[in-house]
Amino acid sequence: MAASTLKKVNCMTASMSLSPVQSGLNSPILSGVRKENGQREVFCGLTSIVWLHRRMPDAFFLVVGSRTCAHLIQSAAGVMIFAEPRFGTAILGERDLAGIADANEELDRVAADLLSRRPEIRTLFLVGSCPSEVIKLDLAKAAERLNYRYSGQVRVLNYSGSGIETTFTEGEDQALNAMVPLLPYSDESQLLIVGTLADGVEERFKKLFQRIGIETVRSLPPRVSTELPPIGPGTRILLAQPFLSVTARALQSKGGKLINSTYPLGVEGSCQWMMAAAEAFGLERARVTQVMSPLIQRGKTALVPFRQKLEGKRIFFLPDSQLEIPLARFLCRECGMDLVEVGIPYLDRQLMASELALLPPNTPISEGQNVECQLERVRASSPDLVVCGMGLANPLEAEGITTKWSIELVFSPIHGCDQAADLAELFTRPLSRRSLLHWG
Amino acid sequence: MELTLWTYEGPPHVGAMRIATSMEGLHYVLHAPQGDTYADLLFTMIERCDRRPPVTYTTFQARDLGGDTADLVKRSIAEAVERFQPEALLVGESCTAELIQDQPGALAAGMDLGIPMVSLELPAYSKKENWGAAETFYQLVRTLLKSQLDLSTKKKRDPKEWRKEKRRPKVNLLGPSLLGFRCRDDIREITTLLGSFGIEVNVTAPLGARPLDLQRLPEGDLNLCLYPEIAAPLCNWLERNFGMVTVRTVPIGVGDTQAFIQEICNLLGLQAPPISTIQQASRMPWYSQSVDSTYLTGKRVFIFGDATHAISAARVASRELGFQVVGLGSYCRELAREVRSAAKELGLEALITDNYLIVEQAMADAAPELVLGTQMERHSAKRLGIPCAVISAPIHVQDVPARHSPQMGWEGASVIFDSWVHPLMMGLEEHLIGMFRHDFEFIDGHLSHLEGAASPEKKTQVINLTKSELSNNAEQLIWNSSGELELSRIPFFVRGKVRRNTESFARERGITEISDETLYEAKAHFNR
Repeated sequence: MAASTLKKVNCMTASMSLSPVQSGLNSPILSGVRKENGQREVFCGLTSIVWLHRRMPDAFFLVVGSRTCAHLIQSAAGVMIFAEPRFGTAILGERDLAGIADANEELDRVAADLLSRRPEIRTLFLVGSCPSEVIKLDLAKAAERLNYRYSGQVRVLNYSGSGIETTFTEGEDQALNAMVPLLPYSDESQLLIVGTLADGVEERFKKLFQRIGIETVRSLPPRVSTELPPIGPGTRILLAQPFLSVTARALQSKGGKLINSTYPLGVEGSCQWMMAAAEAFGLERARVTQVMSPLIQRGKTALVPFRQKLEGKRIFFLPDSQLEIPLARFLCRECGMDLVEVGIPYLDRQLMASELALLPPNTPISEGQNVECQLERVRASSPDLVVCGMGLANPLEAEGITTKWSIELVFSPIHGCDQAADLAELFTRPLSRRSLLHWG
Repeated sequence: MELTLWTYEGPPHVGAMRIATSMEGLHYVLHAPQGDTYADLLFTMIERCDRRPPVTYTTFQARDLGGDTADLVKRSIAEAVERFQPEALLVGESCTAELIQDQPGALAAGMDLGIPMVSLELPAYSKKENWGAAETFYQLVRTLLKSQLDLSTKKKRDPKEWRKEKRRPKVNLLGPSLLGFRCRDDIREITTLLGSFGIEVNVTAPLGARPLDLQRLPEGDLNLCLYPEIAAPLCNWLERNFGMVTVRTVPIGVGDTQAFIQEICNLLGLQAPPISTIQQASRMPWYSQSVDSTYLTGKRVFIFGDATHAISAARVASRELGFQVVGLGSYCRELAREVRSAAKELGLEALITDNYLIVEQAMADAAPELVLGTQMERHSAKRLGIPCAVISAPIHVQDVPARHSPQMGWEGASVIFDSWVHPLMMGLEEHLIGMFRHDFEFIDGHLSHLEGAASPEKKTQVINLTKSELSNNAEQLIWNSSGELELSRIPFFVRGKVRRNTESFARERGITEISDETLYEAKAHFNR
């Protein structure tokens, strides 16, 4: 095996260099949180376009960047065959970098070209990338200018999906944050679910919330980019995804009140999530319990066969999407798995407080990454299942380590009591497969 | 700025990664922002590699830009060398790192690493993937052969020297790499083929080679430039500095494989086998001659891909399958001249572009019955409802199959026959659909194979679109009901062409309303 021939590099010294930013923005240092610095094997925020463009089919995502950015998105989404692609890249050329071409004029030309070809576009996102951020191309200003030019026809927004600033799902956070200023004002009492959910899951949640007595339930992002939900002091914000730090704060500054809760993964998490919303609306407890009880019962029953397969198995999470902590909580508490290490790209202690409280004490959590060192820990701890990105999955499998590739968790309907068993199934599948396959 | 929806090639550092990952014992330190590690999954997912690419990324973030990114580069280089102990090291930048100009190559040169180090200068804002791969391959070999360079006489060497030295002739196979099109099986095929003539392979590179192997390149009697996109600059350099002769025929298709063998045998002073025995080696000539293939005659085919595969495909299509090539192009500007001359031989104007929309338009205009292209043309062909087969990179995972599927050599020709003919409707079905159009199961546009399956509704839509576009820039043309009816009776795979011909016929004659009679007049006119 290639790994055994490698000379060991002392990972302790390599991980000690911490920048002040990394050592935690705010709160007291959580015991057991390892902070690591080094090579990170993660996606940049541009990748969020791969699911956002499906959620809002009338929006177009124009990345301003390099050929690398174009290559990334197409590699990630390339298997899908598009009738009309709803994302593209304005590739910077040497003329743009040398300042021979006026970047603003160039951008205006590209946008005009695009919009004339695609008159059905209602919202155009100018997405910043590493190159555009490094040369400080002012996309916010460009968006403002284009907005003025196309007012009434197309809304132009701007956010950054660059790798230097955002990791994978943080791209969605930035995109939603860019939409917040456009939300109309309303002081109407409503529940606002924030974070992309699968269509079916979203419908289901809305129905359930209405059953327990919350009449107005809206979601951000909407399915149609122009039909934005209103916001105001009557709005209670319920985060469906854990990676929405910036958006949550922006919504709060618009008067919305954030409901602190776990995330709706697994029976327990989903139940607490819905209960927290019910509580925020001061609903009658009996009625809520009446709606929830059969769901919980059914969810738990469905989980039984999966729990049998997962119980006592040891799982190791590599950082990817910030979904790791809620997933670890679900797999530990509802499926009986042991947590070897829970790696996350970024830890927002406030948004994760309810989740952290449910994890067993002294769960090894690591924030950031030094991939070589982390892989040494993976090999040394020989876990039963490793959750990791696609760059690592096959190489680990070849070393005899079973993996679950993490990006699938962002693309699958996994939220809610009804989905708890499906979520567990995603983790049992690689294990079952390994026991199914026999050679000779 | 250039608006791009799809790109045929990645940035040049992906080309450099292809060289590093194809080889063994070579490591690549890439100064790149967090997120650029996406390129790993091209290798672990598309190529299904069972190891991580030998690439260490600095993955700097915004907060690092305030600090010392140069220090980060040096730390990454030191750690990578210590951990992986490579025989040689590549050091380079991605597009973002190019902007902050830390000069990682110069930093590495000052570090006294104790191994050969190649500093890569890959201009990310003007060059692309294949160029990056070719440049990396060339610079790497140049660095590794530096010591031998002083000793070499630069005189043209005689490839027949093996006789005097009383050994077998040996050749280098240059160009195969990961993420290339079917390289794995091509080199297996070519190695076996050469072996059958008693020719040994000295070094195959970059795929599977180590830096030490590259140092043995000058021991070969000939260089076979199998993939000019990757290996041409290196072959030219070896020719100039070591006097090595390059075989530039690419053995794709029966005819070119034959020419390839002939050329190698002549150069090495071997007796070339007679043509009749050669042709029995591949099933393709007989399959193509058999009466079942008669319906392939004159099928209109549109070809686009990298220069090498596009040129070869045009030869195979026109000479060995009896197709009519109605469009030929490539996204490789470096080899545009070769593509142009190949197109000229077929009476065509080559399409040299990396804009897939232009390719799609050219495809629609040519109204072919089969498209041979890349992953991108698969998209466009699907939209236009035209059968399609992939002949060149960029590829997706389905084009790295488990089974042996070369493009080169005898078996390659057989593979080509199968994969190009599959998407077409079989002959009998084609006749029956032309004769009876009311069948509820074998409806218009039905394809007997799933590949390239077309939806007839979509197709008509597109044709209508093109029609209205055409009509806009000329006088209004109207198809009356008798004309439309007659048009619908034309088998769907040539309907686009008939519509176009009829309209241009009508326009030339100032006819504004097209009836069934106009259609038949046009048909007779173009049949002349």
